Amino acid sequence: MPRMPSPVKVPELSKTDQDRVAQAGIDLAMKNRCGSYLQMDQDIVQAECSQQGIEVLSFKKAMEKYDGLKEYTWQAVSPEKDDITKYVAAQKDPKGYVIIAHKGSNNILPIQACLYLGREQIQHVHNIIVAEEDAELHIISGCTSGAHVGKGGAHYGISEFFVKKNAKISFTMIHNWSENIEVYPRSASIVEDNGVFLSNYVCMQPVKKIQMYPTATLRGVNSVARFSSVVISTPGSFMDLGSRAILEGKGASAELITRAITKGGTIISRGHINGKTAGTRGHLECKGLILKDGVIYAIPEIEGSVVGTELSHEAAVGKLAKDEIEYLMSRGLDEDEATATIIRGFLDVKIAGLPEALQRQIDSSIDVAEKAGF
Amino acid sequence: MKEGETHVLLGPNGSGKTTLLMTIMGFANYAITEGTIIFKGEDVTTMKANERAKRGIGMLFQRPPTISGLKLGKMLSAISRSKDENIPELAKSVHMDKFLERDINKGFSGGEIKRSEVLQLMIQNPDFVMLDEPESGVDLENISLIGTVIGSLLEKDKHLIKRKKSGLVITHTGYILDYLDADKGHVMCDGEIKCHGNPREILKDIKQRGYKECLECRHQ
Repeated sequence: MPRMPSPVKVPELSKTDQDRVAQAGIDLAMKNRCGSYLQMDQDIVQAECSQQGIEVLSFKKAMEKYDGLKEYTWQAVSPEKDDITKYVAAQKDPKGYVIIAHKGSNNILPIQACLYLGREQIQHVHNIIVAEEDAELHIISGCTSGAHVGKGGAHYGISEFFVKKNAKISFTMIHNWSENIEVYPRSASIVEDNGVFLSNYVCMQPVKKIQMYPTATLRGVNSVARFSSVVISTPGSFMDLGSRAILEGKGASAELITRAITKGGTIISRGHINGKTAGTRGHLECKGLILKDGVIYAIPEIEGSVVGTELSHEAAVGKLAKDEIEYLMSRGLDEDEATATIIRGFLDVKIAGLPEALQRQIDSSIDVAEKAGF
Repeated sequence: MKEGETHVLLGPNGSGKTTLLMTIMGFANYAITEGTIIFKGEDVTTMKANERAKRGIGMLFQRPPTISGLKLGKMLSAISRSKDENIPELAKSVHMDKFLERDINKGFSGGEIKRSEVLQLMIQNPDFVMLDEPESGVDLENISLIGTVIGSLLEKDKHLIKRKKSGLVITHTGYILDYLDADKGHVMCDGEIKCHGNPREILKDIKQRGYKECLECRHQ
C-alpha cells in the first residue's frame, strides 16, 4: 500500500493567506493530490510523493542523489540567458524542486507545487521536471504571496521540463500574486519522440509585473506542445506574456491559445511558432476582451523556413457583444450575471489531452480563482 | 391580447414583425417613441429585458447569437435558478442531450437552434411566449417536435378556460399553426398592424393573392 501524503501543516499562515494559497490551486488538505512541494520564501516546508515511481525532491537533495543532475540542469534554459538566470545560477544555496516520473510511471492525482512569498525579498527557485519514457506526469503549480508583503518582493523561477519518448507532462500554473510583486519565470521544455507537453497558465489576480516567454522545443518525431493561457489584468498590472514552440521533429505540432481580459491593466500577449521541418503544424490564437480602458497588445509571430510546415495564427481584440448579453437577459439573467456568464465562457479553454478528473480539478481551481477575481 | 390566447403576426419581410417582438422583449436598441407596454396590468415600458423575463415574458429567437465558450448546459443551469430541474432529462425530450457540452448555437443546424430555443423556454416557462418564425430552417420531422413542445408551453392541452399561457407567433408558412390552434391573426405592413381576422383565412388569402392584394382588399 502506498502511504498517503500527509496534510500540510502551515500554522504561521493566517486564514486570509491560507485562502490565497487555495486560490492558487493548492490543496493543503492533500485530498486530491499524490504529492506536494511547498516552499515558503526560501524555506522548504514539504517535499514528498506517495505515488510509486514518482519522486518529489528539493533541488539540493536531487543534486546530491543524482550526481548533480547533469543530464538536466541548465540544459533547457541557458544560465547566461539574462540577469534573472544569472542570478539564480549564482546562488550558493539553490532552492526549488525536482520531480521525476520514472519510466512507465503515471499519476492520476496531480502533484502540487506551491511557491509562497511572504517577505520582502527575492524568492528564487530552480525546478526540474522530468517524465521518463512512457511516463505520464501531472502537476498543479500554485504561486502566491501573502496579502501584505510590505514594499513588495520578486520571484525568479527557472523551470526546465524534459519529456522523454512517449511521455506526457501536464503543468497547470496558477498565479495569485499581489500588486507589489514582480515575477520573472524562465522556463523551457524539450520534448522527444511522441512526447506531449501541456501547459495551462491562469492569472486572474493583480501583480505588479510578470514577464515570461516559455519555450517548447519539439525535438522528437510527432511531439506535441499545447499552451493555454487565461489572464486578467487589473489596473496597475503589467503582464508581458508569451509562449514559443520550435518545431524540429518531423510531424511535430503545437497549439498556443490565449484568452486575455483587461480590466484596466496591460497585457502584452506574444507568441511565436517556428516551423523548421517538413510535416510540422502550428496554430496560435489570442482573443482579447477590453472591459475597461487598458491595453491588450497581441504580437503573434509565425515563422516557417521549409516546404511542408503549416502555420497559422488568429488574433482578435474586442468588447463584450451586446446582443449576447441581451440574449441572456431575455432569459432572466440581470446584466451583471449575463456579463459574468459570457466572460466565464470566454475564459473556458479546454486543453486537449488532460485526464477528465484532472480537468475537473483544474476547472474548480479556476472557478475559485475566478470568483476571487470578479 | 387576453390570457390564454395565441395570436399570429403575419406580414412581408421587413414589415417590422421582429422589431415589434424585440421591442416587447425589451432590447436596448429598440426605443419606444410612442405608447406603452402593459403586461399583466403592469407598465413594463421602461423595464430591462431581464425584468420583463422575470415577469413572464419570453421569446424564441429566429437567429440567436453564438456565444463562444458558453456551454448550452451551463446556460440552462443559469436560467433555471432551481436545483430541482432535471436538465438532461428535459434536453433529451427535445433531442438536445448531446448538445449540453457544446458552445451555444455554435455550428448548430436550423433545427438544432430551434430545439435549443424551445429547451430554454421549457426551463424559463414564460406566461407570454413570442415565437419568431419557429419553423424557419427546420425540417418536417423537427417542426412536429418543436410544434408539439410549443403547444404544451402554451397549454394547448388544457381547456380554454384553464389556459393561462399566451403566445404571439410570427410565421410565413403557417405550418406551425397545425400545432398551436391560433385564436387571432394580424397583418403588419410598414411597421403598422393593418388588419385583424381569423389567422387561417388571412394566411389563405396571402398564399393565394400575395401581401399586396391582401392588404388592398382588407383595407377596403
